[in-house]
Amino acid sequence: MESAGRLDHNSELTLLEFPYIIHWREDRCTRCGKCTAVCPTKAIEPSAMVQRIVHSDGATPLPATIRRVSHVIRQVRDIDRHCVGCGTCSLVCPNMAIVPEYNPNHKFLFHKNRGGVPYKRGGRRNDPATSTIDKLKFTRISMLTDPALDAGRHEFHIRTLMGRIPQAESLQMRVDGNRLHLADDAFIPPVREIFPIRIGGMSIGALSPPMWEGLAMGVAYLNEVENIPVVMCSGEGGLPPRLLKSRYLKYFIPQIASGYFGWDEIIHALPEMIEDPAAIEIKYGQGAKPGDGGLLMAYKVLKLIAKIRGVPMYVDLASPPTHQTKYSIEEAVAKMIQSVSMAWGFRVPVYPKISGTKTALAVLNNLARNPYAAALTIDGEDGATGAAYNVSMDKMGHPIASNLRDCYLELVKQGKQNELPLFAAGGVGKEGHLAANAAALIMLGASGVDIGKYIMQAAADCFGDEKNRCNLCNLGKCPRGITTQDPRLYRRLDADHVAERVVDVFKTAEVELKKIFAPLGRSTQLPIGMSDALAVSDPAIAERLKISYVC
Amino acid sequence: MCRLSAITASEYTSVMEAIMALDTMKEGHDGSGLGVTLHDLGGEFEQLKEYPILSGIATDEGKRILDDYMESQRFSVKFRWEPQITEVPGSEVTKRGHYLVVAYQYPEEYRDKPQEEKEALLTRTRLALRAAGEQAEKLYVFSFWPDVITLKEVGDPLQVGEFFGFDTKPLLARTTLAQGRQNTNYAIYLYACHPFFLQGYCTMTNGENTAFVPNRDYLLSRGFPGYTGYNSDSEVFCHTMHFINQRLGYPMHYFKDVITPLKDAEITQRPEGNALLLMKRSLRQLCIDGPNCIIGFMPDGTVFMTQDSKKLRPGIIGGVPGKYALMSEECGVDQVLPERNKDNDIIPMRYDFVTIAPGAQEVKVWNQLAG
Repeated sequence: MESAGRLDHNSELTLLEFPYIIHWREDRCTRCGKCTAVCPTKAIEPSAMVQRIVHSDGATPLPATIRRVSHVIRQVRDIDRHCVGCGTCSLVCPNMAIVPEYNPNHKFLFHKNRGGVPYKRGGRRNDPATSTIDKLKFTRISMLTDPALDAGRHEFHIRTLMGRIPQAESLQMRVDGNRLHLADDAFIPPVREIFPIRIGGMSIGALSPPMWEGLAMGVAYLNEVENIPVVMCSGEGGLPPRLLKSRYLKYFIPQIASGYFGWDEIIHALPEMIEDPAAIEIKYGQGAKPGDGGLLMAYKVLKLIAKIRGVPMYVDLASPPTHQTKYSIEEAVAKMIQSVSMAWGFRVPVYPKISGTKTALAVLNNLARNPYAAALTIDGEDGATGAAYNVSMDKMGHPIASNLRDCYLELVKQGKQNELPLFAAGGVGKEGHLAANAAALIMLGASGVDIGKYIMQAAADCFGDEKNRCNLCNLGKCPRGITTQDPRLYRRLDADHVAERVVDVFKTAEVELKKIFAPLGRSTQLPIGMSDALAVSDPAIAERLKISYVC
Repeated sequence: MCRLSAITASEYTSVMEAIMALDTMKEGHDGSGLGVTLHDLGGEFEQLKEYPILSGIATDEGKRILDDYMESQRFSVKFRWEPQITEVPGSEVTKRGHYLVVAYQYPEEYRDKPQEEKEALLTRTRLALRAAGEQAEKLYVFSFWPDVITLKEVGDPLQVGEFFGFDTKPLLARTTLAQGRQNTNYAIYLYACHPFFLQGYCTMTNGENTAFVPNRDYLLSRGFPGYTGYNSDSEVFCHTMHFINQRLGYPMHYFKDVITPLKDAEITQRPEGNALLLMKRSLRQLCIDGPNCIIGFMPDGTVFMTQDSKKLRPGIIGGVPGKYALMSEECGVDQVLPERNKDNDIIPMRYDFVTIAPGAQEVKVWNQLAG
């Protein structure tokens, strides 16, 4: 006789504890096995089931009950093989027989800590609520008293400046006759004119070869053919050696982070560089996982990655949470900016990136006093990552809107709002409104924005969302082939297609930005800090961001 | 849309001429106010050119505040001019209080001070008076500067002119700026009325400035006490001109390069391309997108007109050597100078910055593309 414990299955989880429940239709399934083969977590498996069916043969109905064993697709109730809802099964199913469905009542986080190991994942904060930047609307519409511009007819200059812009008062000008002249020995900090939406730091290694290549090709095409000067950050992990020595380097921002991965190769390639990079980003923090370092799992460190990063193959590559050789903000920021600037003869803008934090103003003030700091990027809590603890992603960090606004208004107070450009990141395009989010952040004071997750979703159809869908980036099992080094997975992704979509995204964004700026009557300069154009229907947000409340 | 009327001449002209010109453009404004600023004064003020003149409006209490403050700062009254207020039946202009045009003698300790210190004192005093009297609208101070008078009042410009008695006892000046106000999206508030004046720089503008907030925030953060107010989105033009010409020391035509910068490719064609590119970047927060026609004068009396580079508001300049009118509409120029050769009229376009030097002998058009 079986024990009561076995009979009630009390030690097992029900499917209702799981975040996604597989809906499988026996009548449509041909038992081809494709779904179970592609499932990245092995959450479904072929199984057998005894079925009771009523059967009737003959000319007149003569129902009879029979039992038979049938082959079924069954969802596994092992928490470590939970269905992530990616939907790859439904993608490959020839008969639309299977689809995962989100279970809003799940208790996933109560159980996903077996062995005392906290839940880790990729993606962004699992909060599908509308973010502050998506609540902002543009309400200062030019009407009759100041006719709107025509997005189709007028010339628009949707560009921003990346680099330290000298104060007008400090420009070394002399008046000769009736003309201004620049003093011959005046030092002019390097400044790049770029499209105000950049592709944020995602490394080779975190991204698969076709994904990174697709992004890079798209960026090069946008610059060279479409005349949209989009720049892209490398993330930590260096750049391909051929790119370092190519004329395309000017579209890239190599990132230096706490692991310094790839920098041996970059520095050694310096004498052979024929172009300067667009800028150098020093990463001190990341919005998705503030205070956490980076980690590239050993199984992602294949030959190419090892070569680019200058490390042995198949070892975990951990970047510490902080730059270990630095002990103070003066060390961490000033000296690093200066030494990196010096490496390129002060011809390249060098700026830090920090995660959104209440202490951003302290960093900002330090940078404002450092004449070599070219900009500041602030990465808000809705930023994404390839790998982090769930608790870091969900609960750590600062929303970008108020953090950016505080920093901009502080710069206004100091009269340096034009001197030190702010770039905002984290959740831009979270709900798909890329241009509107970018425009809202610009009007709050950003000189530009960074995107990461959005471009993965738009250019490579990343499944991830804020209901913890997919989010397997950390495991190298990306079913789309975006964040994996497994050739069986990344061969699913076509780099040319990614590049094409990157071009689509930026061309669309440029048109949409025009459609936003035209009714506001702005076209010559980016409306940085034009907060009178913004409004929100939440009085608390309006008060906090110092914009108007509308209802 | 407001209407602008400016006259610059080698001889003194009556303020009423500019107001009559505004009246011909009546269809273009709703008569919700008149503002005039006069520079290089004639008549009773001709002999008082070195003495700062305070222009404003005060209630009885405001006047007490003014007198007490000026006394405490040891300014002494040199000459007091009062308009001959005529409240015409049927006119909608109502007397607000005392209309002040008072020439002061500098405090004794300032009389031999350098010009710069005197100017700082005048600005400081005006701002202190504005702060003291702004509450409950007890005291308005529009300008406090030698050889400059500013008057503003709500109502139809012609009626306001008659109200001030200008038809019988006009103020005379070589340069007159007058604006007929179209009250659009702001409540009528005298500090929001053009022309705006700061330390010898004066502008009036037609149109709205969509870049007002970035312009304002930039000026506010320059640390110069005179950059304040901003009850109108057009006040920034006066301060921008002051900033680039007085603070930065750039020749005045760079105002055009700051508010409507050329494209980078065009800038490289200019001889001073390098300097211009840097200037464009460093002053990008002062860039505008229009629509604006800006008319103003400089401390030396040079009068200018310029446009935004896309939408352009109406603006025309016509006249004869010795007298030129800068107006929103041709009918205004016709009113002032019917005998001129209209073929010589100038309608500034997107790249033009038009100036008329004191003496009003010729009109110069500076082209931004050519430099």
